[in-house]
Amino acid sequence: MKPETPELPLEAMELQMGPSHPATHGTIKLNLKLEGEKVLDCDVEVGYLHRGFAKMCEQSTWTQVIPYTDRLNYASPLINNVGYALAVEKLLGVETPPRCQFIQVIMCELSRIYDHLTCCGMAASELGAITVGFYMIEAREFLMRIIEVVTGARLTISYTRIGGVKHDLPHDFAEHTLDSLNKVRRLMADCDRLLSRNRIFIDRMSGVGVISKDTAISYSLTGPILRSTGVNYDVRKAHPYLIYDQLDFSVPLGSKGDNYDRFVCRISEIEQSIRIVEQALKMIPLGPISLDDPRIVLPGKEKVYNSIEGLMHQFKLIMEGIQVPPGEVYLAVEGGNGELGFYIVSDGGGRPYRVRVRPPCFIAMSAFHEMIKNYMLSDIIPTFGMVNMIGGECDR
Amino acid sequence: MAEDRPKGAYIHERLQGKILEVQSFCGDESITIPRDSMLEIFRLLKEDPKLDFNFLADITAVDYLGKKIPRFEVVYQLYSLSLNHRLQVKVPVPEEKPTVDSLTPLWKGANWLEREVWDMFGVRFHGHPDLRRVLLYEQFQGHPLRKDYPVNQRQPLIPEREVEGTFVDNESENKLSDLKQKFPQKPEDLSTALKK
Repeated sequence: MKPETPELPLEAMELQMGPSHPATHGTIKLNLKLEGEKVLDCDVEVGYLHRGFAKMCEQSTWTQVIPYTDRLNYASPLINNVGYALAVEKLLGVETPPRCQFIQVIMCELSRIYDHLTCCGMAASELGAITVGFYMIEAREFLMRIIEVVTGARLTISYTRIGGVKHDLPHDFAEHTLDSLNKVRRLMADCDRLLSRNRIFIDRMSGVGVISKDTAISYSLTGPILRSTGVNYDVRKAHPYLIYDQLDFSVPLGSKGDNYDRFVCRISEIEQSIRIVEQALKMIPLGPISLDDPRIVLPGKEKVYNSIEGLMHQFKLIMEGIQVPPGEVYLAVEGGNGELGFYIVSDGGGRPYRVRVRPPCFIAMSAFHEMIKNYMLSDIIPTFGMVNMIGGECDR
Repeated sequence: MAEDRPKGAYIHERLQGKILEVQSFCGDESITIPRDSMLEIFRLLKEDPKLDFNFLADITAVDYLGKKIPRFEVVYQLYSLSLNHRLQVKVPVPEEKPTVDSLTPLWKGANWLEREVWDMFGVRFHGHPDLRRVLLYEQFQGHPLRKDYPVNQRQPLIPEREVEGTFVDNESENKLSDLKQKFPQKPEDLSTALKK
């Protein structure tokens, strides 16, 4: 007897995933075209978190932009702060004192670890390895405490200023940080034992979301996604900013360009960032933490209250803002997800004429359909997890 | 990966007569090119082995309302992964017919970046496969990053509830009317206003 199979419709099914889906951390809508469970096409809709970052920046003074930059990539706000401050300093033609640069590098690398832990932990827990998710959140908490001790806030930190940082490191910072980094290392070793031979995890990550080297370059992808295809491009090495040229670290590369390579790149970058912080803590000099230029940096309160010049400088900087000469610069730093560029135009006033952020997530999402085409519906979860889309940065 | 200092001179020689301006500012090199031959120039920049700009880092635009005569400038950030150098390319676009050629035939990543410029500035890209808004919704009127778009203008898809005591920034409204008075809308008036 022949088993009867019912005729199934052959046309592609359209499915809308999102904008609020429990497995997509971030508000994003994927308009999928499916054949069975196979993804034929995927149209990504972003913009649910658009706040008009660029328009807001044009209304505020140069210093007032810094809190807005916190809200771009909220997993690593320090890198955004530093990137913006560096771009304005480039336009001003000034360079911050060495101690400030070391502090900025240390804080950037702590944020990068934090960013990678967020990405990897969330991706792992979405694939069922929820223990790893919790371990990584625990590791994140150690870093968060350091950031909290230094900046006074957990998320919206606004730590840098144009021409310096807000205040110096606390006195026991080095011990505290090294201790925390050791704890992070121990937790990472646990996570490695939980994942690196985990059949379910590897099956769902390896060979999924593959993107070739040429496609990745053509889509201007950067960060771990580009490096997982084997292209050695890291802004810290290609165009060293701050003191990255004095530090010894390597850029982990992948070969296949799949999700597993992206994951390994991120995990290896955590180790490299820990190395950078350790070196920087040894090399950090004493000295001022911001420029001694009353046209750029606010004077200390004792000067403001006790001298007429101090009061005038304070007044001018608050009311009129820093007077940035006319011109335009593009400056890129390596964010957690790739090249974070700031294109800034000044018309010579106290307010920016135009601030443009090159958001690595937005560009990665523009190539998402290439990564997911011809894979299964369930493969969207690990692929989306490894893109690490941060709504605040993608939609601005 | 040596720093290629005479790059500007080489580009100038290679694109004899096609470049409007070569600039170097704060260590950033930039060229301004006319929009008629832009696709050809970008292809040359990408394919010339001595330049090899294979990576399109960013596309954005700036609205120079009342400051420059072609009102918009579309700005491209090019990077060479093999030679490790950057170049900024600017294409002036007049207000009357804001259209430039799309770079999607050369770089696939130009797709979303150009959609964003269209969304925010209303500059059209000729030859773009799918020029829709990307960050805003289709029903949105106007282009918010133009300088004549009021900061506090709201156009929600679902009508907002009246809330008492909301913050209204009257100052920026005044700023806009100042701007309108200072810079009249017609291009010929603009040129006279600038001469003054």
